[in-house]
Amino acid sequence: MELLLEVEGLKKSFGGVAALRDGRFQLRAGTVHALCGGNGAGKSTFLKILMGIQRRDAGSIRRRGKDVEFASPADALASGIAIIEQELSPVPHMTVAENIYLGREPKARFGGIDFRAMNRAAQKLLDDLEFDIRATQYMMNLSVAQMQLVEIAKALSHDAEVIFMDEPTSAIGEREAQHLFAAIGRLQRQGRGIVYVSHRLSEIFQVADSYTVFRDGSYVGSGALAEIDRPGLIRMIVGRELSEEYVKTNTPTEETGLEIIGLTCPNKIEDISFSARKGEIFGIYGLMGAGRTEIFNCLFGLDRPSAGTIAIDGKTVAIAKPADAMALGLALVTEDRKLTGLNLSDSVRANICMASLPEMSPAFAMDRPREAEASRRMRERFQIKAARDTMPVSSLSGGNQQKVVLGKWFLRNPKVLLLDEPTRGVDVGAKREIYRIICDFAASGGTVVMISSEIDEVLGISDRIMVMRAGRSAGIFRREETDAQSLVHLST
Amino acid sequence: MSVGDKKTTQGWLGSEQRRLLIQEYGIFLAFLILVAVLSVSNEFFLTAGNISNVLLQTSINGVLAIGMTFVILTRGIDLSVGSVVALAGIVSASFMTSSATAGVAGAPYPVALGLGIGLLVGIACGAISGLIVSRFSVPAFVTTLGMLSAARGMTLIYGGGRPVPALTPAFRWIGTGDVFGIPAPVIILAVVFAVSWWILNRTRFGRYIYAVGGNPHAARTSGIDITRIQFLVYVISGGLAGFAGMLLSARTGSALPQAGIAYELDAIAAVVIGGTSLSGGVGRVTGTLIGALIIGVMNNGLDLMGIQSYYQQVLKGALIVGAVMLDQKRNYGA
Repeated sequence: MELLLEVEGLKKSFGGVAALRDGRFQLRAGTVHALCGGNGAGKSTFLKILMGIQRRDAGSIRRRGKDVEFASPADALASGIAIIEQELSPVPHMTVAENIYLGREPKARFGGIDFRAMNRAAQKLLDDLEFDIRATQYMMNLSVAQMQLVEIAKALSHDAEVIFMDEPTSAIGEREAQHLFAAIGRLQRQGRGIVYVSHRLSEIFQVADSYTVFRDGSYVGSGALAEIDRPGLIRMIVGRELSEEYVKTNTPTEETGLEIIGLTCPNKIEDISFSARKGEIFGIYGLMGAGRTEIFNCLFGLDRPSAGTIAIDGKTVAIAKPADAMALGLALVTEDRKLTGLNLSDSVRANICMASLPEMSPAFAMDRPREAEASRRMRERFQIKAARDTMPVSSLSGGNQQKVVLGKWFLRNPKVLLLDEPTRGVDVGAKREIYRIICDFAASGGTVVMISSEIDEVLGISDRIMVMRAGRSAGIFRREETDAQSLVHLST
Repeated sequence: MSVGDKKTTQGWLGSEQRRLLIQEYGIFLAFLILVAVLSVSNEFFLTAGNISNVLLQTSINGVLAIGMTFVILTRGIDLSVGSVVALAGIVSASFMTSSATAGVAGAPYPVALGLGIGLLVGIACGAISGLIVSRFSVPAFVTTLGMLSAARGMTLIYGGGRPVPALTPAFRWIGTGDVFGIPAPVIILAVVFAVSWWILNRTRFGRYIYAVGGNPHAARTSGIDITRIQFLVYVISGGLAGFAGMLLSARTGSALPQAGIAYELDAIAAVVIGGTSLSGGVGRVTGTLIGALIIGVMNNGLDLMGIQSYYQQVLKGALIVGAVMLDQKRNYGA
């Protein structure tokens, strides 16, 4: 059978550092192929070469048996390869149709754009895919998941036969993800080849039928997903045997750490009440936009609740700004480390110290040995892999960046840890380390509230789980008395 | 990509360190080359008199550019400094003149009062801009463009469009005096630079500025009062512009209503040549000082070579764009 895409011996290095040593890959028509690997495995470089953004140093790429060479993304598209990038780049003030046909709008007389033909074609495309989106809607009014779907429609409008999806679910909720999977299934039945890149193994097992694993820039192995189990795949990705994925070492005490009663913020959250105990990991599960992050914003003084009380250690507190929350022993690891967690233009050390600057400058001038010492301590404690802590935090892998964010907050010895998607975009190995850090913190008497849209994670690590739906709580459950189905069911 | 890669850690200079070194000292090298070329091509260039002259000419732009660095580091811009130079210059001069008609009643007053008033005028202008930018989220470009026009207008209103002449010798000392042969404005620039360097590199406030410019959201989540920081950088820029205004009028002996026109552009040019990113969070005040010196040395060198000032402007334009082009290539290219 002819292969849609065949890659052999792909090599690429940057300034003497090999990012890709031996990239191998085969894609058959009508399959969904998972491309797996930890951060730094060479997946991104692989994708960039296939997109025509970077030139390969060596190796061959064959499209339906013919050797191809891509000098630009346009070349790749012309040969039927479309890539839906992890970070979408929509033009917000244009309509869906304009976005889909950007740069190749149907011409009308006198050099104008034939908007009617364009809208009609775009609508047909969306309808054929059974996406519930109007072609004349403005891009900025769509949800992230809908934008993903528009990107897929755009890829198909190029008549792409090979579609790469890079972490397509990293910004969307469970229900929207199911929607996306249904679309992938339809594409598969049309005989297209889909390459699915994701850190979320449960998704891979749900949506893909075959896999290829990269590690340290090299091909490790490939095969049918039916012939491998989850621990087996993890072993290939990580390169060593890993113990149990979720190890819980904490036991909740009877003491209440954080209690909120009737927290309300108009149009965001409505009457949220829960109490998390010391030593407990309290999970919050829900779809994107269900009001999960908004709870944290109210707790941390980033937003003003209109009603409700917050109590820490049984004492009612007033929090008007983040500094107030921090003084009370709260720490917030935000959802998007690049957007709200890190100062990417500064060093690892500066980022670790960012939330403790007043403490480190008793007399206005910074106590620099103390900064260096704090950074060293946190790097050691969380095994942050950085050659020097004066190097830019942007040069670290996703997992290490996330550990820098954790280090920034642990430096303050918090009592209550608020975690918003703490393992997003982090590879399997680093995930486990982060779970260990969270559990250790709870085991030593800390209170953890963790938001996650990864259902395995929420079930694996939380003691109790609150399900959010449309800004309200849909119930709080002990982890033993619930399962994936009921959580998804309650959240939708 | 993995950071623990052996390639980057082995050897006495990893590629990362080399990159940082070039980033830190590349501009300094460029400056040295410029000086070397000029000293070889013109025997007058390296004389004490000429060096002192270059430094003197750089001092006002240097003070403005240092203030501008604070603002640009937080992703802002201050277009109003040229007008603030004129306003602070003329208001302070009206307290420092011995002319019977141009001054306020009772003038001339002691120098300290004049200096204090000039500084206050600059701080007030900066505080208004800072308040509007930080509290009301009006883009810095628009706010300070407004201040550029308003401060110029106030200058003309205050002085009735006429210059304030005959400043007292005591006041003129800050522009024309010297200590052991070093011109007073150069000493002032050195002090301003040293204090700014200390603030930006060694204090909590400096860390805040870099954090706010690098990622305001992350800074806010880390408990930093970003509104306050944004406000304060405009106050600093305004205050330094006020100071520069007094230096200028003290040097020329009278305060002119049209003083300082387009000074903001030279200040921005010095910051940009010095490697500070207009998108904030990245840059050094040392770079700014060298950037200001490069502009000063280039103007002086071209003067010495007898090249018309019209050509100098074209060259300066090319230099600004060229410096940023190199910067882009270094950071994102290859």
